[in-house]
Amino acid sequence: MQKTPLYETHLALGGRIVDFAGWALPVQYPTGPTTEHQAVRNAAGLFDISHMGQFELKGADAELFLQYVQVWDIAQMADYEAHYSLLLYTDGTIVDDIFIYRLPARWLIVVNASNRAKDLAWLQAHALGFEIELTDISDQTCMLALQGPKAEAILQKLTTVDLAQMTTRTAVETTLAGLPTLVGRTGYTGEDGFELYLANGDGVALWESLLQAGGAEGILPCGLAARDSLRFEACMPLYGHEIDANTNPLEARLGWAISWETEFIGRAALLKTKLEGPTRLLIAFEMVDRAVPREHYEIGVAGQIVGHVTTGMKSPTLDQFVGMGYLPRQFTKLGTVIEIMVRGQAKAAKVVKRPLYQPKYK
Amino acid sequence: MADYKLDQNAKYAESHEWVRVEDGVAVVGVSDAAQDQLSDVVYVDLPDVGREVKAGEAIAVVESVKAAEDILAPVSGTIAAINDALIDTPELVNGQPYQAWFFKITPTAALDSELAALMEPSAYAAFVDANAH
Repeated sequence: MQKTPLYETHLALGGRIVDFAGWALPVQYPTGPTTEHQAVRNAAGLFDISHMGQFELKGADAELFLQYVQVWDIAQMADYEAHYSLLLYTDGTIVDDIFIYRLPARWLIVVNASNRAKDLAWLQAHALGFEIELTDISDQTCMLALQGPKAEAILQKLTTVDLAQMTTRTAVETTLAGLPTLVGRTGYTGEDGFELYLANGDGVALWESLLQAGGAEGILPCGLAARDSLRFEACMPLYGHEIDANTNPLEARLGWAISWETEFIGRAALLKTKLEGPTRLLIAFEMVDRAVPREHYEIGVAGQIVGHVTTGMKSPTLDQFVGMGYLPRQFTKLGTVIEIMVRGQAKAAKVVKRPLYQPKYK
Repeated sequence: MADYKLDQNAKYAESHEWVRVEDGVAVVGVSDAAQDQLSDVVYVDLPDVGREVKAGEAIAVVESVKAAEDILAPVSGTIAAINDALIDTPELVNGQPYQAWFFKITPTAALDSELAALMEPSAYAAFVDANAH
Protein backbone atom coordinates (compact mmCIF):
# COMPACT_ATOMS: atom_id res chain seq x y z
CA MET A 1 0.00 0.00 0.00
CA GLN A 2 1.10 3.56 -0.66
CA LYS A 3 1.50 5.85 2.33
CA THR A 4 0.68 9.53 2.56
CA PRO A 5 3.10 11.93 4.33
CA LEU A 6 0.79 11.65 7.36
CA TYR A 7 0.89 7.87 7.76
CA GLU A 8 2.93 7.88 10.98
CA THR A 9 0.78 10.71 12.35
CA HIS A 10 -2.37 8.64 11.77
CA LEU A 11 -0.82 5.69 13.62
CA ALA A 12 0.17 7.92 16.54
CA LEU A 13 -3.42 9.24 16.73
CA GLY A 14 -4.75 5.67 16.87
CA GLY A 15 -6.15 5.74 13.33
CA ARG A 16 -7.46 2.40 12.08
CA ILE A 17 -5.64 1.88 8.80
CA VAL A 18 -7.36 0.29 5.81
CA ASP A 19 -6.53 -0.16 2.13
CA PHE A 20 -8.40 2.46 0.12
CA ALA A 21 -7.63 2.38 -3.61
CA GLY A 22 -4.14 1.08 -2.79
CA TRP A 23 -3.51 3.70 -0.09
CA ALA A 24 -3.01 3.06 3.63
CA LEU A 25 -5.48 5.50 5.18
CA PRO A 26 -7.37 5.78 8.47
CA VAL A 27 -11.02 4.71 8.18
CA GLN A 28 -11.57 6.17 11.66
CA TYR A 29 -9.81 7.35 14.80
CA PRO A 30 -10.63 6.12 18.35
CA THR A 31 -13.50 8.63 18.69
CA GLY A 32 -15.40 6.64 16.02
CA PRO A 33 -17.01 7.68 12.73
CA THR A 34 -20.29 8.97 14.20
CA THR A 35 -18.52 11.42 16.51
CA GLU A 36 -16.19 12.49 13.69
CA HIS A 37 -19.18 13.07 11.43
CA GLN A 38 -20.90 15.23 14.04
CA ALA A 39 -17.70 17.22 14.62
CA VAL A 40 -17.75 18.26 10.94
CA ARG A 41 -21.45 19.20 11.02
CA ASN A 42 -21.17 21.16 14.30
CA ALA A 43 -17.55 22.31 14.60
CA ALA A 44 -14.71 21.14 12.35
CA GLY A 45 -12.95 18.04 11.08
CA LEU A 46 -9.55 17.52 9.49
CA PHE A 47 -9.04 14.92 6.77
CA ASP A 48 -5.89 13.63 5.08
CA ILE A 49 -6.91 13.28 1.44
CA SER A 50 -3.40 13.10 0.02
CA HIS A 51 -4.41 9.94 -1.83
CA MET A 52 -6.35 12.08 -4.29
CA GLY A 53 -4.66 12.73 -7.61
CA GLN A 54 -3.57 16.17 -8.81
CA PHE A 55 -2.63 17.04 -12.37
CA GLU A 56 -1.17 20.33 -13.48
CA LEU A 57 -2.06 21.55 -16.95
CA LYS A 58 -0.14 24.28 -18.77
CA GLY A 59 0.59 25.36 -22.32
CA ALA A 60 -0.76 27.52 -25.13
CA ASP A 61 -3.72 25.18 -25.74
CA ALA A 62 -4.43 24.34 -22.11
CA GLU A 63 -7.84 26.05 -22.01
CA LEU A 64 -8.86 24.73 -25.43
CA PHE A 65 -7.89 21.20 -24.42
CA LEU A 66 -9.55 21.31 -21.01
CA GLN A 67 -12.75 22.70 -22.50
CA TYR A 68 -12.87 19.70 -24.83
CA VAL A 69 -12.20 16.93 -22.29
CA GLN A 70 -14.66 17.92 -19.55
CA VAL A 71 -18.24 19.19 -19.27
CA TRP A 72 -18.06 22.60 -17.52
CA ASP A 73 -17.58 25.88 -19.42
CA ILE A 74 -14.20 26.77 -17.98
CA ALA A 75 -13.95 29.89 -20.16
CA GLN A 76 -16.33 31.47 -17.60
CA MET A 77 -13.87 30.86 -14.80
CA ALA A 78 -11.60 33.66 -13.58
CA ASP A 79 -8.20 33.02 -12.03
CA TYR A 80 -8.49 31.44 -8.58
CA GLU A 81 -11.95 30.05 -9.22
CA ALA A 82 -12.75 26.36 -8.80
CA HIS A 83 -15.54 24.15 -10.16
CA TYR A 84 -16.81 20.58 -10.08
CA SER A 85 -16.84 18.76 -13.40
CA LEU A 86 -16.85 15.39 -15.15
CA LEU A 87 -14.75 13.56 -17.70
CA LEU A 88 -17.01 11.56 -20.02
CA TYR A 89 -16.53 8.72 -22.45
CA THR A 90 -17.87 9.22 -25.98
CA ASP A 91 -21.04 7.33 -25.01
CA GLY A 92 -21.75 9.82 -22.22
CA THR A 93 -20.78 7.54 -19.33
CA ILE A 94 -18.38 8.76 -16.67
CA VAL A 95 -14.58 8.46 -16.67
CA ASP A 96 -14.32 10.37 -13.40
CA ASP A 97 -15.69 13.31 -11.46
CA ILE A 98 -13.10 16.02 -10.87
CA PHE A 99 -12.46 19.45 -9.42
CA ILE A 100 -10.84 22.13 -11.56
CA TYR A 101 -8.96 25.18 -10.25
CA ARG A 102 -8.04 27.99 -12.63
CA LEU A 103 -4.73 29.50 -11.56
CA PRO A 104 -2.51 32.06 -13.32
CA ALA A 105 -1.12 30.38 -16.45
CA ARG A 106 -2.08 26.92 -15.23
CA TRP A 107 -4.93 24.64 -14.20
CA LEU A 108 -5.09 22.21 -11.31
CA ILE A 109 -7.22 19.13 -11.89
CA VAL A 110 -8.08 17.04 -8.83
CA VAL A 111 -9.16 13.45 -9.49
CA ASN A 112 -10.19 10.37 -7.50
CA ALA A 113 -7.32 8.21 -6.23
CA SER A 114 -8.87 5.09 -7.74
CA ASN A 115 -8.97 6.73 -11.18
CA ARG A 116 -5.68 8.57 -11.21
CA ALA A 117 -3.77 6.36 -13.67
CA LYS A 118 -6.85 5.86 -15.87
CA ASP A 119 -7.59 9.60 -15.99
CA LEU A 120 -4.01 10.52 -16.85
CA ALA A 121 -3.91 7.97 -19.67
CA TRP A 122 -7.32 9.10 -20.90
CA LEU A 123 -6.31 12.78 -20.92
CA GLN A 124 -3.04 11.98 -22.68
CA ALA A 125 -4.89 9.90 -25.25
CA HIS A 126 -6.92 12.99 -26.21
CA ALA A 127 -3.99 15.42 -26.16
CA LEU A 128 -2.84 14.80 -29.72
CA GLY A 129 -2.64 18.07 -31.64
CA PHE A 130 -2.92 20.25 -28.53
CA GLU A 131 0.07 22.20 -27.32
CA ILE A 132 -0.15 21.29 -23.65
CA GLU A 133 1.98 20.13 -20.78
CA LEU A 134 0.15 17.73 -18.46
CA THR A 135 1.98 16.69 -15.28
CA ASP A 136 0.89 14.31 -12.54
CA ILE A 137 2.00 16.13 -9.37
CA SER A 138 0.18 13.77 -6.97
CA ASP A 139 3.34 12.21 -5.55
CA GLN A 140 4.70 15.60 -4.48
CA THR A 141 1.40 16.97 -3.19
CA CYS A 142 -0.12 16.70 0.26
CA MET A 143 -3.86 17.46 0.35
CA LEU A 144 -5.81 18.15 3.53
CA ALA A 145 -9.48 19.04 3.96
CA LEU A 146 -10.56 21.25 6.85
CA GLN A 147 -14.37 21.14 6.93
CA GLY A 148 -17.14 22.43 9.14
CA PRO A 149 -18.76 25.65 10.41
CA LYS A 150 -15.65 26.46 12.50
CA ALA A 151 -13.21 25.86 9.64
CA GLU A 152 -12.88 29.54 8.75
CA ALA A 153 -12.20 30.62 12.36
CA ILE A 154 -9.58 27.91 12.77
CA LEU A 155 -7.79 28.57 9.48
CA GLN A 156 -7.83 32.31 10.11
CA LYS A 157 -5.44 31.77 13.03
CA LEU A 158 -2.79 30.50 10.59
CA THR A 159 -2.99 33.13 7.84
CA THR A 160 -3.08 36.90 7.22
CA VAL A 161 -5.45 36.47 4.27
CA ASP A 162 -8.95 37.70 5.24
CA LEU A 163 -10.88 34.46 4.80
CA ALA A 164 -14.22 36.19 5.36
CA GLN A 165 -13.72 37.75 1.91
CA MET A 166 -13.31 34.34 0.28
CA THR A 167 -16.46 32.92 -1.29
CA THR A 168 -17.18 29.27 -1.93
CA ARG A 169 -15.29 27.71 -4.88
CA THR A 170 -12.50 30.28 -4.88
CA ALA A 171 -8.83 29.79 -4.08
CA VAL A 172 -5.84 31.74 -2.84
CA GLU A 173 -2.10 31.08 -2.77
CA THR A 174 -0.72 32.01 0.64
CA THR A 175 1.21 30.65 3.58
CA LEU A 176 -0.42 28.80 6.47
CA ALA A 177 1.70 28.69 9.62
CA GLY A 178 4.51 29.79 7.33
CA LEU A 179 4.01 26.92 4.86
CA PRO A 180 3.28 27.78 1.19
CA THR A 181 -0.21 26.46 0.47
CA LEU A 182 -2.91 26.66 -2.18
CA VAL A 183 -6.14 27.18 -0.22
CA GLY A 184 -9.43 26.37 -1.93
CA ARG A 185 -12.79 27.12 -0.33
CA THR A 186 -14.01 23.73 -1.48
CA GLY A 187 -14.78 20.33 -0.06
CA TYR A 188 -16.97 17.27 -0.29
CA THR A 189 -18.82 17.10 3.02
CA GLY A 190 -21.79 19.45 2.55
CA GLU A 191 -20.21 21.96 4.95
CA ASP A 192 -18.25 25.13 4.45
CA GLY A 193 -14.54 24.46 4.52
CA PHE A 194 -11.22 24.41 2.79
CA GLU A 195 -9.04 22.05 0.81
CA LEU A 196 -5.33 22.66 1.22
CA TYR A 197 -2.58 21.73 -1.23
CA LEU A 198 1.04 21.86 -0.18
CA ALA A 199 4.39 20.12 -0.50
CA ASN A 200 4.53 16.61 0.99
CA GLY A 201 7.33 17.64 3.33
CA ASP A 202 5.14 20.32 4.95
CA GLY A 203 2.11 18.07 5.47
CA VAL A 204 2.74 16.94 9.03
CA ALA A 205 3.58 20.49 10.22
CA LEU A 206 0.34 21.90 8.79
CA TRP A 207 -1.76 19.00 10.11
CA GLU A 208 -0.39 19.56 13.62
CA SER A 209 -0.81 23.33 13.40
CA LEU A 210 -4.46 22.90 12.37
CA LEU A 211 -5.28 20.43 15.15
CA GLN A 212 -3.66 22.77 17.65
CA ALA A 213 -5.38 25.87 16.25
CA GLY A 214 -8.75 24.11 16.34
CA GLY A 215 -8.51 22.61 19.81
CA ALA A 216 -10.80 25.17 21.43
CA GLU A 217 -13.31 24.87 18.55
CA GLY A 218 -13.55 21.09 18.95
CA ILE A 219 -11.73 20.02 15.80
CA LEU A 220 -11.33 16.25 15.34
CA PRO A 221 -9.19 14.29 12.90
CA CYS A 222 -11.62 12.38 10.67
CA GLY A 223 -11.28 9.18 8.67
CA LEU A 224 -12.70 7.75 5.46
CA ALA A 225 -15.91 6.49 7.10
CA ALA A 226 -16.94 9.99 8.19
CA ARG A 227 -15.92 11.38 4.81
CA ASP A 228 -18.27 8.87 3.18
CA SER A 229 -21.24 9.49 5.49
CA LEU A 230 -20.85 13.29 5.15
CA ARG A 231 -20.79 13.33 1.35
CA PHE A 232 -23.61 10.78 1.30
CA GLU A 233 -26.00 12.92 3.39
CA ALA A 234 -25.40 15.82 0.99
CA CYS A 235 -26.19 13.33 -1.84
CA MET A 236 -22.83 13.91 -3.51
CA PRO A 237 -21.86 10.98 -5.72
CA LEU A 238 -18.82 8.82 -5.09
CA TYR A 239 -17.12 7.24 -8.07
CA GLY A 240 -17.52 3.46 -8.02
CA HIS A 241 -20.81 3.78 -6.14
CA GLU A 242 -23.28 6.32 -7.58
CA ILE A 243 -21.27 6.92 -10.76
CA ASP A 244 -18.99 4.83 -12.96
CA ALA A 245 -18.37 3.82 -16.56
CA ASN A 246 -21.95 2.44 -16.73
CA THR A 247 -23.76 5.56 -15.56
CA ASN A 248 -24.35 8.90 -17.23
CA PRO A 249 -24.50 12.29 -15.49
CA LEU A 250 -28.20 12.84 -16.20
CA GLU A 251 -29.39 9.71 -14.45
CA ALA A 252 -26.95 10.56 -11.62
CA ARG A 253 -28.67 14.01 -11.39
CA LEU A 254 -25.49 15.85 -12.28
CA GLY A 255 -27.06 17.84 -15.10
CA TRP A 256 -26.24 21.05 -13.20
CA ALA A 257 -22.54 20.37 -13.80
CA ILE A 258 -22.92 20.39 -17.59
CA SER A 259 -22.46 23.43 -19.86
CA TRP A 260 -24.35 22.44 -22.99
CA GLU A 261 -23.05 25.43 -24.98
CA THR A 262 -19.56 23.99 -25.19
CA GLU A 263 -18.30 21.12 -27.30
CA PHE A 264 -16.97 18.25 -25.17
CA ILE A 265 -16.34 14.53 -25.44
CA GLY A 266 -19.57 12.64 -24.75
CA ARG A 267 -21.85 15.60 -25.54
CA ALA A 268 -23.69 14.05 -28.50
CA ALA A 269 -24.59 10.89 -26.60
CA LEU A 270 -25.58 12.89 -23.54
CA LEU A 271 -27.74 15.26 -25.58
CA LYS A 272 -29.63 12.24 -26.94
CA THR A 273 -30.23 11.04 -23.36
CA LYS A 274 -31.34 14.54 -22.41
CA LEU A 275 -33.89 14.71 -25.22
CA GLU A 276 -35.24 11.21 -24.62
CA GLY A 277 -35.07 11.49 -20.83
CA PRO A 278 -32.94 9.10 -18.76
CA THR A 279 -34.57 5.70 -18.24
CA ARG A 280 -33.47 5.52 -14.61
CA LEU A 281 -32.68 8.08 -11.92
CA LEU A 282 -30.65 8.25 -8.75
CA ILE A 283 -33.08 8.69 -5.85
CA ALA A 284 -32.86 9.10 -2.11
CA PHE A 285 -34.99 6.93 0.14
CA GLU A 286 -35.86 6.56 3.78
CA MET A 287 -36.62 3.25 5.46
CA VAL A 288 -40.20 2.80 6.72
CA ASP A 289 -39.47 -0.63 8.24
CA ARG A 290 -36.57 -0.94 10.64
CA ALA A 291 -33.51 -2.13 8.67
CA VAL A 292 -30.12 -0.92 7.49
CA PRO A 293 -29.94 -0.42 3.72
CA ARG A 294 -26.50 -1.19 2.28
CA GLU A 295 -24.74 -0.85 -1.05
CA HIS A 296 -25.73 -3.46 -3.69
CA TYR A 297 -28.98 -4.40 -1.94
CA GLU A 298 -31.77 -4.88 -4.48
CA ILE A 299 -34.72 -2.49 -4.66
CA GLY A 300 -38.16 -3.83 -5.51
CA VAL A 301 -41.50 -2.29 -6.39
CA ALA A 302 -44.60 -4.44 -5.91
CA GLY A 303 -42.49 -7.59 -5.60
CA GLN A 304 -40.45 -6.96 -8.76
CA ILE A 305 -36.69 -6.17 -8.50
CA VAL A 306 -36.20 -2.91 -10.41
CA GLY A 307 -33.03 -1.29 -9.02
CA HIS A 308 -30.23 -1.32 -6.48
CA VAL A 309 -28.85 0.65 -3.55
CA THR A 310 -25.65 2.61 -4.26
CA THR A 311 -25.02 3.83 -0.68
CA GLY A 312 -27.04 3.24 2.48
CA MET A 313 -26.53 3.73 6.19
CA LYS A 314 -27.90 5.21 9.37
CA SER A 315 -27.54 8.93 8.77
CA PRO A 316 -25.74 10.42 11.78
CA THR A 317 -27.34 13.84 11.21
CA LEU A 318 -30.91 12.67 10.55
CA ASP A 319 -30.66 9.68 12.92
CA GLN A 320 -32.57 7.68 10.28
CA PHE A 321 -31.87 4.74 8.02
CA VAL A 322 -31.56 6.23 4.54
CA GLY A 323 -29.99 5.47 1.19
CA MET A 324 -29.48 6.35 -2.43
CA GLY A 325 -30.14 4.08 -5.36
CA TYR A 326 -31.16 3.78 -8.98
CA LEU A 327 -34.77 3.24 -10.01
CA PRO A 328 -36.62 3.26 -13.33
CA ARG A 329 -38.00 6.76 -13.82
CA GLN A 330 -41.65 5.74 -13.32
CA PHE A 331 -40.91 4.82 -9.68
CA THR A 332 -39.01 7.96 -8.69
CA LYS A 333 -41.88 10.23 -7.62
CA LEU A 334 -41.51 11.48 -4.04
CA GLY A 335 -43.40 9.24 -1.64
CA THR A 336 -43.31 6.16 -3.88
CA VAL A 337 -43.25 3.06 -1.70
CA ILE A 338 -40.34 0.76 -2.52
CA GLU A 339 -38.86 -2.39 -0.97
CA ILE A 340 -35.25 -2.83 0.03
CA MET A 341 -34.21 -6.49 0.01
CA VAL A 342 -32.36 -7.04 3.30
CA ARG A 343 -31.05 -10.59 3.82
CA GLY A 344 -33.85 -12.03 1.68
CA GLN A 345 -36.62 -9.99 3.27
CA ALA A 346 -38.45 -7.06 1.66
CA LYS A 347 -38.30 -4.02 3.95
CA ALA A 348 -40.52 -1.04 3.14
CA ALA A 349 -38.98 2.32 2.26
CA LYS A 350 -40.15 5.44 0.45
CA VAL A 351 -38.62 7.83 -2.07
CA VAL A 352 -37.73 11.15 -0.41
CA LYS A 353 -36.40 14.54 -1.47
CA ARG A 354 -32.71 15.01 -2.30
CA PRO A 355 -30.41 16.01 -0.79
CA LEU A 356 -30.90 14.32 2.55
CA TYR A 357 -28.84 17.14 4.07
CA GLN A 358 -28.87 20.64 2.58
CA PRO A 359 -25.24 21.76 2.12
CA LYS A 360 -24.18 24.89 4.01
CA TYR A 361 -21.68 26.87 1.98
CA LYS A 362 -20.38 30.42 2.36
CA MET B 1 -2.97 -4.00 19.56
CA ALA B 2 -5.74 -2.44 21.59
CA ASP B 3 -6.11 -3.66 25.13
CA TYR B 4 -9.58 -5.19 25.14
CA LYS B 5 -11.68 -5.55 28.25
CA LEU B 6 -12.77 -9.01 29.35
CA ASP B 7 -15.53 -10.19 31.65
CA GLN B 8 -13.82 -12.77 33.85
CA ASN B 9 -17.19 -14.41 34.64
CA ALA B 10 -18.00 -15.10 31.01
CA LYS B 11 -16.97 -17.70 28.44
CA TYR B 12 -16.33 -16.82 24.83
CA ALA B 13 -17.07 -18.22 21.37
CA GLU B 14 -14.72 -17.95 18.39
CA SER B 15 -17.46 -15.85 16.77
CA HIS B 16 -16.91 -13.33 19.63
CA GLU B 17 -20.09 -13.81 21.68
CA TRP B 18 -19.76 -13.92 25.46
CA VAL B 19 -22.06 -16.03 27.61
CA ARG B 20 -22.58 -15.74 31.34
CA VAL B 21 -24.75 -18.15 33.30
CA GLU B 22 -26.88 -16.21 35.78
CA ASP B 23 -29.43 -18.09 37.94
CA GLY B 24 -29.43 -20.98 35.51
CA VAL B 25 -30.05 -18.78 32.44
CA ALA B 26 -27.40 -18.13 29.75
CA VAL B 27 -26.99 -14.40 29.10
CA VAL B 28 -25.37 -13.54 25.73
CA GLY B 29 -23.67 -10.48 24.25
CA VAL B 30 -20.67 -9.57 22.09
CA SER B 31 -17.15 -9.00 23.39
CA ASP B 32 -15.28 -5.73 23.69
CA ALA B 33 -12.93 -6.86 20.91
CA ALA B 34 -15.93 -7.57 18.67
CA GLN B 35 -17.63 -4.22 19.24
CA ASP B 36 -14.33 -2.43 18.65
CA GLN B 37 -13.78 -4.24 15.34
CA LEU B 38 -17.37 -3.57 14.29
CA SER B 39 -17.03 0.18 15.00
CA ASP B 40 -20.16 2.23 15.81
CA VAL B 41 -23.17 -0.10 16.15
CA VAL B 42 -26.33 1.31 14.55
CA TYR B 43 -28.81 -1.58 14.48
CA VAL B 44 -29.62 -4.81 16.28
CA ASP B 45 -32.09 -7.49 15.18
CA LEU B 46 -33.16 -9.85 17.98
CA PRO B 47 -34.86 -13.28 17.94
CA ASP B 48 -38.43 -13.88 19.12
CA VAL B 49 -38.90 -14.86 22.74
CA GLY B 50 -39.82 -18.56 22.96
CA ARG B 51 -37.80 -19.55 19.89
CA GLU B 52 -35.81 -22.76 20.23
CA VAL B 53 -32.21 -22.32 19.20
CA LYS B 54 -29.23 -24.61 18.69
CA ALA B 55 -25.64 -23.83 19.66
CA GLY B 56 -23.91 -22.26 16.64
CA GLU B 57 -27.14 -21.13 15.00
CA ALA B 58 -27.31 -17.52 13.68
CA ILE B 59 -30.22 -16.00 15.58
CA ALA B 60 -29.54 -12.25 15.76
CA VAL B 61 -27.84 -9.56 13.69
CA VAL B 62 -25.69 -6.64 14.74
CA GLU B 63 -25.00 -3.92 12.17
CA SER B 64 -22.41 -1.18 12.44
CA VAL B 65 -21.33 1.68 10.23
CA LYS B 66 -19.00 -0.90 8.70
CA ALA B 67 -20.80 -4.24 8.35
CA ALA B 68 -23.64 -6.58 9.25
CA GLU B 69 -22.64 -9.57 11.40
CA ASP B 70 -24.61 -12.60 12.60
CA ILE B 71 -24.81 -13.32 16.30
CA LEU B 72 -24.71 -17.04 17.01
CA ALA B 73 -26.34 -18.81 19.93
CA PRO B 74 -23.36 -20.03 22.01
CA VAL B 75 -25.55 -22.64 23.71
CA SER B 76 -28.78 -24.48 22.86
CA GLY B 77 -32.13 -23.77 24.48
CA THR B 78 -35.14 -21.48 24.36
CA ILE B 79 -35.02 -17.67 24.11
CA ALA B 80 -36.22 -16.50 27.53
CA ALA B 81 -35.79 -12.75 27.05
CA ILE B 82 -34.40 -10.15 24.64
CA ASN B 83 -32.86 -6.79 25.46
CA ASP B 84 -35.34 -4.30 23.93
CA ALA B 85 -33.14 -1.38 24.99
CA LEU B 86 -30.69 -2.26 22.20
CA ILE B 87 -33.33 -1.60 19.53
CA ASP B 88 -33.51 2.11 20.33
CA THR B 89 -29.98 2.52 21.68
CA PRO B 90 -27.75 0.03 19.84
CA GLU B 91 -24.71 2.16 20.73
CA LEU B 92 -24.89 0.57 24.21
CA VAL B 93 -23.07 -2.35 22.56
CA ASN B 94 -20.06 -0.05 22.02
CA GLY B 95 -20.20 1.67 25.38
CA GLN B 96 -20.85 -1.27 27.71
CA PRO B 97 -20.31 -4.52 25.81
CA TYR B 98 -20.60 -6.74 28.90
CA GLN B 99 -23.77 -5.06 30.19
CA ALA B 100 -25.43 -4.76 26.77
CA TRP B 101 -26.76 -8.32 26.57
CA PHE B 102 -28.66 -9.34 23.42
CA PHE B 103 -30.75 -12.28 24.64
CA LYS B 104 -31.10 -14.85 27.42
CA ILE B 105 -31.40 -18.55 26.76
CA THR B 106 -33.01 -21.13 29.03
CA PRO B 107 -30.49 -23.88 28.38
CA THR B 108 -30.92 -27.60 27.75
CA ALA B 109 -29.23 -30.49 29.55
CA ALA B 110 -26.34 -30.03 27.10
CA LEU B 111 -25.34 -26.74 28.77
CA ASP B 112 -22.28 -28.02 30.60
CA SER B 113 -20.78 -29.74 27.57
CA GLU B 114 -21.58 -26.72 25.36
CA LEU B 115 -19.92 -24.36 27.85
CA ALA B 116 -16.90 -26.66 28.01
CA ALA B 117 -16.44 -26.14 24.26
CA LEU B 118 -16.18 -22.34 24.72
CA MET B 119 -13.07 -20.40 25.71
CA GLU B 120 -12.05 -19.10 29.12
CA PRO B 121 -11.24 -15.34 29.21
CA SER B 122 -7.47 -15.91 29.01
CA ALA B 123 -7.82 -18.31 26.06
CA TYR B 124 -10.13 -15.86 24.29
CA ALA B 125 -7.65 -13.00 24.82
CA ALA B 126 -4.95 -15.15 23.23
CA PHE B 127 -7.31 -16.06 20.39
CA VAL B 128 -8.04 -12.35 19.69
CA ASP B 129 -4.32 -11.51 19.72
CA ALA B 130 -3.52 -14.38 17.38
CA ASN B 131 -6.19 -13.24 14.95
CA ALA B 132 -5.23 -9.56 15.02
CA HIS B 133 -3.48 -8.33 11.90
